[in-house]
Amino acid sequence: MKPTERVLPVLLLLLIAALGFAAMPFADWLTLSAAGLAMGMMLFLMVAGLTLIFGLMDVLNFAHGAFITFGAFAAGTVFAKLPQLVASDRLGENLLVLAIAAVAAALLSGALGFGFERVAIRRVYGAHLRQILLTTGALIVAEQLAIVIWGPDAIPVLKPAGLRGSFLVAGAVIEKYRVVAALFGFFVFVLLQMILAHTRIGIIVRAGVENREMVEALGYRIRPLFAGVFVAGAALAGIGGAMWATYAATVTASLGSDLTVLIFIVVIIGGLGSVGGSFLGALLVGLVTNYVGFLAPKLALLSNILLMASILLWRPRGLLAAGGR
Amino acid sequence: MIMRSFSPLFRRSFGLRLLSGDTPGHPVASALMAVLVFVLACAPLLFPGTRAVATAARVAIFVVLAASYDLLLGYTGIVSFAHTLFFGLGAYGVAIALASGGPSWGALVAGSAAGIGVAALLGIGIALLSLRVRAIFFSMITLAVASVGQVLASQLHDITGGEDGLTFSVPRLLSPSFHPLSEPVLGVRIDGRFNTYYLIFIISLVLFLLLLRLVNSPFGRVLRAIRENEFRAEALGYRVIVYRSLASAIAAAMAAIAGALMALLLRYNGPATTLSFSIMIDILLMVVIGGMGTLYGPAIGAALMVLAQYYLEPALQFLAELTAPFPWLSAVFQPDRWLLWLGFLFMLVVMYFPAGIVGSLRARRLHYQTR
Amino acid sequence: MTEKPLLALKGVHTHIGRYHILQGVDLEVYAQRVTVLLGRNGAGKTTTLRTILGLWRASAGEIVFDPYRLNALDPPAIARLGIAYVPENMGIFSGLSVRENLLLGTGPKGFRNSRLEDVLASFPLLREKWSLPAGTLSGGQKQILAIARAMILPRRLFVVDEPTKGLAPAMVDVLLDAFLRLKEEGATILLVEQNFAMAATLGDDAAVMEDGRIVHVGSMVALAQDEALQTRLLGLSLASHQ
Repeated sequence: MKPTERVLPVLLLLLIAALGFAAMPFADWLTLSAAGLAMGMMLFLMVAGLTLIFGLMDVLNFAHGAFITFGAFAAGTVFAKLPQLVASDRLGENLLVLAIAAVAAALLSGALGFGFERVAIRRVYGAHLRQILLTTGALIVAEQLAIVIWGPDAIPVLKPAGLRGSFLVAGAVIEKYRVVAALFGFFVFVLLQMILAHTRIGIIVRAGVENREMVEALGYRIRPLFAGVFVAGAALAGIGGAMWATYAATVTASLGSDLTVLIFIVVIIGGLGSVGGSFLGALLVGLVTNYVGFLAPKLALLSNILLMASILLWRPRGLLAAGGR
Repeated sequence: MIMRSFSPLFRRSFGLRLLSGDTPGHPVASALMAVLVFVLACAPLLFPGTRAVATAARVAIFVVLAASYDLLLGYTGIVSFAHTLFFGLGAYGVAIALASGGPSWGALVAGSAAGIGVAALLGIGIALLSLRVRAIFFSMITLAVASVGQVLASQLHDITGGEDGLTFSVPRLLSPSFHPLSEPVLGVRIDGRFNTYYLIFIISLVLFLLLLRLVNSPFGRVLRAIRENEFRAEALGYRVIVYRSLASAIAAAMAAIAGALMALLLRYNGPATTLSFSIMIDILLMVVIGGMGTLYGPAIGAALMVLAQYYLEPALQFLAELTAPFPWLSAVFQPDRWLLWLGFLFMLVVMYFPAGIVGSLRARRLHYQTR
Repeated sequence: MTEKPLLALKGVHTHIGRYHILQGVDLEVYAQRVTVLLGRNGAGKTTTLRTILGLWRASAGEIVFDPYRLNALDPPAIARLGIAYVPENMGIFSGLSVRENLLLGTGPKGFRNSRLEDVLASFPLLREKWSLPAGTLSGGQKQILAIARAMILPRRLFVVDEPTKGLAPAMVDVLLDAFLRLKEEGATILLVEQNFAMAATLGDDAAVMEDGRIVHVGSMVALAQDEALQTRLLGLSLASHQ
């Protein structure tokens, strides 16, 4: 992809931000942009694995939301079990409990991903129809299992005390937690890009996204790699779910299903197999949701769909789609 | 030709022609279908209560809905999650027309026609979309479009009645208060409900037979060729875009008719009644468990699903009480968790019996025949 | 020949979908020789190569790569036995840099135990384009990159599919040099090549395919001198190609 082609999507992001800037008072714009960026970062975490799995193995996992749900519940459980750390005013302890929650979420969702790939996904490699059907069924089963484990009611998730409240910046209210979430998401993005760019595994994954067969013909086993990417993607989604639940202060069993449409929109906008694309897509969706949510609340979902439709008209394979498939 | 009309073979060949030469394909499947048709045909005579008859009507409606989805999924190879949109369009067409225009046949026909027309157009739009973007994207996009439909229905409450939906009266002939004969005939009360039921049953039957005719026609064969290998079909000169659009439009129109019938049955329509994702899941389960690409499969699947939804919950209740001493186990059997078990069954079918009930039965028969 | 072939196909059949492409292929490739697989379009040459590599499963017959039986192995295992594949479409990863493409051809030690310096000496253009995305290379340069990637480690067998297809004559010469160098080093190459002149220069042994079977086996020299045979088997003669 030529460098100019890569720049245009970034310009699109700036354009949306500029439109938002023009449409509302500065303070509101700043608050909403921060909110949008944070939301985008969390969406990115949820989606990064999904797009790589699509790109690498052509596997459609409609059950990806299940990893989000389980991660969210894991976080809620961790907070409930460590109330002293949550209630503490010290930033260090707050970040600690947040880290523990993230690790727990990653482990739980990662384990779920491992089991799911082994038992179900393996049987339907290469059969798109059956993949869609199987994973749709799995999403339903996962949601029901979440209800079995954690009950049908919404579980409150308390933000650690030190992270509640907001900063006042140039007249705009910016929640502390949002800043943490945004920073963390950005850090994961940079880490992922570095792994992909500089490690052998990263190179193999990127090559595999372009031409799986050739990578195998060069002597690399793609199957175990794929299983690894699947589990990593599930773990990341779990962390994303944990952060989302902390932000929303509540988690229900339907969290994953509710977010499914949104994460698909992000993946489609970004292009299958592109981490950078899903990063941009996530930010776009985050900004659009927040801007439109302020200006015309009822049109939020619709505007995301219009965004997706316009991008597909411009680039039918997404903003930064990888490979020749 | 002349011989056929006079010989005893005529009746058999007439039956075969009625089914467009496409039989269930296995004695068990044929038996199930025969029972289904019989029960549906005689429901008001067989069942005393209104609830049972309403359930039978629901089965008939879902048979059409599932079969129309099979046209897309099983015969054209399109995985769309927006099918409930068409269902809802038909239902809302009728609901809006009768709510605002009063309980007249004119309003009913106009509303139905509008719903069906919009659904068909939307169906074509979706087909065009499927060719513009990759298959992977397509399914995801239909999911998004279905959500938009739901949101619009609940937001535009001036038109659609919002979350509460629309309640309305139906034309007199179909209304429950219509009593032409004070005495029951053959133990059956002839009233508006009776008429409504048979309207639904007859239209469903006709639509199903039409679908059979469609999939066994040259059009249907081309659809199957496209499903097998799109490139090859195109190379052979069949314009995939035309066939897909037509199939999609027909499936959409039939789903809309089913929706119109549903609205008539309930004399009400709301977002949850026709547009919810759980209905989409139900349709998927019906078609896949019953057997994709067979039409009879979805019919049997529809009947099974509707029945399951009634009987699964008491069955789970029983198991829940049985395992009460083990709260973890008991939680899995809570009657509210019927979707867990159906979902699980669905996954098993996709993994191990992808051909579904009817498909597996047919394959068995073929296996034994070729031995 | 009295020696054992390095690679032997015996009665190999391959079905793709419902098409029966290979209908009993018997082929032998001897060590340190260049075997050229010739034939008209659609004869099954690419299918033969892909079957050897395990990309398509043979439905019958034996593929023996002394001493291993390749039938049951998957492509990564086959590659690890020391077989390098240069496919018809080159198999270059456009989004990866030249360096990364070459790196994928190496083993666990990366460039350290590889022939990188030799390769770069043979193909200086790769050094120029080192960090650039491979997608920015021209067709001929991509082909060079693909060959370089194959050459970067010592291999027991090179399987090359139509390397000169669509290349400018100047590039064909560069490629020819590269192959001749490989040949000098004693490499074993199984080459599918439509360019008969190239085939005649490089090849030691010739096998001609038609309709999924080998219909002629012999020395390249003999085939190059027999115009009537060429015309009968391939519909062309060496002279008409120059």
